[in-house]
Amino acid sequence: MAEPVVSVSNLRFAWMPGNEVLDISDFQLRAGERLFLRGASGSGKSTLLGIIAGVLEADSGEVIVLGQDLATLKPAVRDRLRADHLGVIFQMFNLVPYLSVIGNVTLPLRFSPKRRAAISGSEDDEARRLLSRLGLTDETLLARRVSDLSVGQQQRVAAARALIGGPEIVIADEPTSALDADARDQFIDLLSEEARRTGAALLFVSHDAGLATHFDRAVDLGEINRAGVSA
Amino acid sequence: MSAILSLAWQSLMNRKGSVLLTLLAVALSVALFLGVDKARTGAREGFGNTISGTELIVGAPTGSVNLLLYSVFRMGSATAEISWPTYQEIATRPDIDWAVPISLGDSHRGFRVMGTTPEYFDRYKFGRNQDLVIAQGEPFDDLFDAVIGADVARELGYSINSPMVLSHGLGQADFGSSHENRPFRVVGILAPTGTPVDQTVHVSLEAITAIHVGWETGAKNPLADSISEETVRSFDLTPKTVTAILVGLKRKGTILTTRREINTNKGEPLMAIIPSQALAELWSVTAIAERALLAVSIFVIAVGVVSILTSILTSLNERRREMSILRAVGARRSHIFTLLVLEAGLVGLLGALLGVLLIHVLLAVIGPLVSAHYGISLIGTGPGLIDLYTLLAVTGAALVAGAIPAWMAFRRSLADGLSLRL
Ligand SMILES: Nc1ncnc2c1ncn2[C@@H]1O[C@H](COP(=O)(O)OP(=O)(O)O)[C@@H](O)[C@H]1O
Ligand SMILES: [Mg+2]
Repeated sequence: MAEPVVSVSNLRFAWMPGNEVLDISDFQLRAGERLFLRGASGSGKSTLLGIIAGVLEADSGEVIVLGQDLATLKPAVRDRLRADHLGVIFQMFNLVPYLSVIGNVTLPLRFSPKRRAAISGSEDDEARRLLSRLGLTDETLLARRVSDLSVGQQQRVAAARALIGGPEIVIADEPTSALDADARDQFIDLLSEEARRTGAALLFVSHDAGLATHFDRAVDLGEINRAGVSA
Repeated sequence: MSAILSLAWQSLMNRKGSVLLTLLAVALSVALFLGVDKARTGAREGFGNTISGTELIVGAPTGSVNLLLYSVFRMGSATAEISWPTYQEIATRPDIDWAVPISLGDSHRGFRVMGTTPEYFDRYKFGRNQDLVIAQGEPFDDLFDAVIGADVARELGYSINSPMVLSHGLGQADFGSSHENRPFRVVGILAPTGTPVDQTVHVSLEAITAIHVGWETGAKNPLADSISEETVRSFDLTPKTVTAILVGLKRKGTILTTRREINTNKGEPLMAIIPSQALAELWSVTAIAERALLAVSIFVIAVGVVSILTSILTSLNERRREMSILRAVGARRSHIFTLLVLEAGLVGLLGALLGVLLIHVLLAVIGPLVSAHYGISLIGTGPGLIDLYTLLAVTGAALVAGAIPAWMAFRRSLADGLSLRL
């Protein structure tokens, strides 16, 4: 079995003292796998992703990302780890409104020399290549303001951004909940196909259990989380 | 850093409308401040440039600023004159090298007429001891000869031999108060000096006496017009009074003694002033108003900087999501901080640049108007260190102001995590 790229043990987290959101004894994401994490709304999925991404700090426990124990890292080093090795897709409003489509896709490269170095040609060409693999080829579309794109198109731009420079881990926080069923299935297939091609491990989070079939493995947050937050 | 700078730039361009308004507020405030400062220093330099080489100015007792203003700057008028014998006493004092009398009070189509001696053209100096230069023609010689300043020639379209009619008093020539029967002739035109000399018509002291023949009572004698030019020439035209005397000393060291002796003159009461001292006195009076204006304009700049702060603060809420996105793609919290500080700094810098540009364009337009109106060229109003310092100070203040919203965004990015909630 492949190595874990994310390994969580005995994690505890509370936004407010005494009101624990997460209490997870063991959770793993393995290299290259496509994992579906299901959880009810408000169960702490986004919180867990924030911790894995190194934006939030666990109250206790161990979170190891690519061999690095996040608790031992300075905030700036955690930020660098995220910039270099993680792609993130949100539920919606993923894009920076004042950047072009291409500018949004290449945004992570501004913060990561490593991902910049992983690209052989020009950054813009790489962005175009990724976008076309995700079904966005129309140049007039690429020239539009990002706010003028449909939600489905915006999510694909966000997917291209998460994938650019070949990060080892892509985390997607309910990226399809604003899409209709057809667009949703197509988006998941494209994302999962691209992740497979680049070898990135995909951690896909949703409240919709029906999506589990698209993935290698599924985990229910309610089962691994002992902090019983009612949905 | 450059990645963040380009982000800051793109973010500003995205909010062009509101950014432009803030920019304008900063630019206007900077232009106001620099305008006040440049007008102040420019006027000082310009006034200071007007007379040099004259150690003392002697006139009838009045305020020293007043004496300076009317004798050199042709502003206001003398309240009393000095008698001719007193002039001669002064001129023959052993400590005095030269004494040039001047007589003011008449005008020609809005330009002051000054009676003096031909020595004036050798003794009067301006700027850094620059001589007056007669660009065309020569000093006056005949009774009805006039040497005119560069502005007079340009504005009235006069050239050598142009006839001119002098009017009594200082107003524009009007019917009945002109000395129509005493036609003058331009014999010399001075090179421009950037001082009130450019706006002066110079004639001999005798000419001043001559044009007042028939005016002894202060109003025109009905018989005045019947006195022919030949008759006038035959009169004794030695002046009875002069307005002021420009004085050069044999030795500079005696200046204070000489001044005291003139001020305590036994006969006619007199007043001697040192031009630079009188100017300093003038500036000490205006300094209060200048400082008030400067203080106000500095407050206006502060308002400009606060408007930068406000515009970023109000944008902060709608940009919360943008900050989370930036964090997600790898921005450190310090990047978020830097981004907002840079945005504020950029607006400050561009606003200040625009303001500097604005004031220089404005000065280029206003400068000639001022010098046309007062005869005094504003000096040293070109781009200078003050512009650079203002630019730096405003940019610095904007950066500091930007730290407030930057700090708030910094704190929020901690609290928000990756959760992008509406
Ligand atoms: N920034 C925050 N500050 C305080 N409480 C939060 C914050 N984000 C989430 N929470 C709380 O933590 C719990 C889990 O939220 P979240 O991780 O967003 O759940 P999910 O993503 O599964 O819907 C919720 O009760 C929510 O109210
Ligand atoms: Mg969530």
